[in-house]
Amino acid sequence: MNTQVTIAGVTLKNPVMTASGTFGSGMEYSRFVDLNRLGAVVTKGVANVPWPGNPTPRVAEVYGGMLNAIGLQNPGVDVMLERDIPFLKQFDTNIIVNVCGKTVEEYVEVVEKLGDESAVAMLEINVSCPNVKEGAIAFGQKADALYHITAELKKHARQPLMMKLSPNVTDIVEMAKAAEAAGADALSLINTLTGMKIDIYKRKFVLANKTGGMSGPAIKPVALRMVYQTARAVKIPVVGMGGIGSAEDAVEFLLAGATAVSIGAMNFVNPYVTEEVVKGIEDYMAQCGVEDINELIGAVE
Amino acid sequence: MEKRRKENGRVLSQKEIAPQIFDMWIGTGLAAQARPGQFIGVYPRDKSTLLPRPISICQADRERQALRIVYRVAGRGTEEFSHYKEGDEIAILGTLGNGFPLEAAEGKRVLLMGGGIGIPPLLAVAEALSGTLGEAGADIRTVLGYRDSGLFLKEDFRRYGAVYVAAEDGSVGIRGNVMDAVAAENLAADVIYACGPMPMLRAIKGYAAQQGIDAYISLEEHMACGVGACLGCVVKTKEINRHSHVNNARICTEGPVFEAKEVEI
Ligand SMILES: Cc1cc2nc3c(=O)[nH]c(=O)nc-3n(C[C@H](O)[C@H](O)[C@H](O)COP(=O)(O)OP(=O)(O)OC[C@H]3O[C@@H](n4cnc5c(N)ncnc54)[C@H](O)[C@@H]3O)c2cc1C
Ligand SMILES: Cc1cc2nc3c(=O)[nH]c(=O)nc-3n(C[C@H](O)[C@H](O)[C@H](O)COP(=O)(O)O)c2cc1C
Ligand code: FES
Repeated sequence: MNTQVTIAGVTLKNPVMTASGTFGSGMEYSRFVDLNRLGAVVTKGVANVPWPGNPTPRVAEVYGGMLNAIGLQNPGVDVMLERDIPFLKQFDTNIIVNVCGKTVEEYVEVVEKLGDESAVAMLEINVSCPNVKEGAIAFGQKADALYHITAELKKHARQPLMMKLSPNVTDIVEMAKAAEAAGADALSLINTLTGMKIDIYKRKFVLANKTGGMSGPAIKPVALRMVYQTARAVKIPVVGMGGIGSAEDAVEFLLAGATAVSIGAMNFVNPYVTEEVVKGIEDYMAQCGVEDINELIGAVE
Repeated sequence: MEKRRKENGRVLSQKEIAPQIFDMWIGTGLAAQARPGQFIGVYPRDKSTLLPRPISICQADRERQALRIVYRVAGRGTEEFSHYKEGDEIAILGTLGNGFPLEAAEGKRVLLMGGGIGIPPLLAVAEALSGTLGEAGADIRTVLGYRDSGLFLKEDFRRYGAVYVAAEDGSVGIRGNVMDAVAAENLAADVIYACGPMPMLRAIKGYAAQQGIDAYISLEEHMACGVGACLGCVVKTKEINRHSHVNNARICTEGPVFEAKEVEI
């Protein structure tokens, strides 16, 4: 049975990855799962300098999911290179670093620093960050801005670039095509859906930031639809995520056209979920007589 | 390092010890590694409520392999737990957090200060201090603050030393909060261990700084992972934190107990 997939020249032993921001840099969950079993570990978003993030409360539970407004707290790319990459290097898995910034120049700085680290297999670019030069509209919410940042980063990147699309747009396909046209090597989606929660007794927002990104099982149908639309519209590989918590969920995304999947919020519900999904996909393949996992990709009829 | 894990425990007993306050013993192997001040994440079964509820360990019985939790019904998760019966399975993640530094109490006058639903973890502290410290021992006094006459755990603390009670509505003990009780009773101390609502912890931080007392406070924040991965549960710190490289520490892993002077609350 073959569970191996390839994304932009990077071979994954299986299509199961972690979703950025939900798995730290692997250290915490390595006490629950064997990182060697995973196709890739995607790190928390990292910027050129440390970011303090938002005030608390930063997380809230909602029906079938959660909201987060962490505000991209991170220790900066230098700490990532000195501490987190050496930790992850001990494992036989791919390291994908998620990158954030407030200006194109900040992203470029991070991408260049990571370029010298050969252990980093791929870069995932979080374009849901507010663009401070464009009135804080996220880079990923306007096709021309997304095209521009992708093209610019492509000039500086030494690793394949995976652009992580925001679902908070009118037409996900337009965004996907803009990133592809600008030279993106792969796409990942979806990032969180912007949401809100209000405490009716206090008449206050539950999150200090008022709004937060929604994730978890409740967003899965939306994510699946967007992955399906995107995968049909572009030639580059697509990584699907949004509410995945079981092998069945993961296979749905593969059938919709994803080459690999990321697991996020469900790590909080079941710290063993990533390894269980790897095993579950193998069981599904055995049960359904699937010899090669690549047969599943986009095979929905 | 302790073996942190998610497992199914079994409810050994549960009873309501004050209005909406429940006292549950859970049979679980996690009892062997529990330290005073640590907590567990309790998962509701209802799949629309996904995240583990952080609940302090009130007592750990190693021989019986059991953990005691005492909690207030605050919402959907705790409401569900309150209906669990003896023999039911209960999914828990643990043990989480750092716990109180007990060494700091050796040979000292200790004040345990608990407010409301912050009272339970201090019982484990009282028990450990009375049992483990050698000849020097520790002189333990406890101040418990309640909203009204719905007292709970007071008798449990009595076994370990004098207990002073404050109630906001003045129906029992001293009218006011734990700080009012400290003033009224003139309670001197070298070390404070405290858990309770934020205004109380702020007052203790100020009092300890003024009096030159070492104070260790257990903080609360909304959590998602409970294991340090999501950065949801931070508190502002005075110094740059070693892990985050910013002035933020994770309450779930570097806490919930902090030295009062280290945190900006
Ligand atoms: C380290 C720690 C120890 C705690 N120990 C105890 C204890 O021993 N006894 C006790 O009664 N309570 C304790 N709490 C508070 C307890 O976690 C909340 O009351 C509980 O999570 C409420 O869940 P719910 O589903 O009933 O409420 P809901 O309001 O339905 O919960 C919705 C979401 O908000 C979170 N949440 C709500 N209130 C709080 C809160 N005060 N703190 C953190 N998260 C919250 C829930 O976990 C859940 O994710 C502790 C909290 C922390 C952080
Ligand atoms: C607590 C938390 C933090 C996140 N941080 C990041 C981040 O730093 N960068 C990023 O690109 N996405 C981040 N995300 C989005 C996830 O990677 C993922 O796209 C989204 O949560 C949907 O997947 P899920 O439903 O499986 O969680 C975060 C999500 C959560 C819940
Ligand atoms: S709850 Fe996730 S880091 Fe503390």
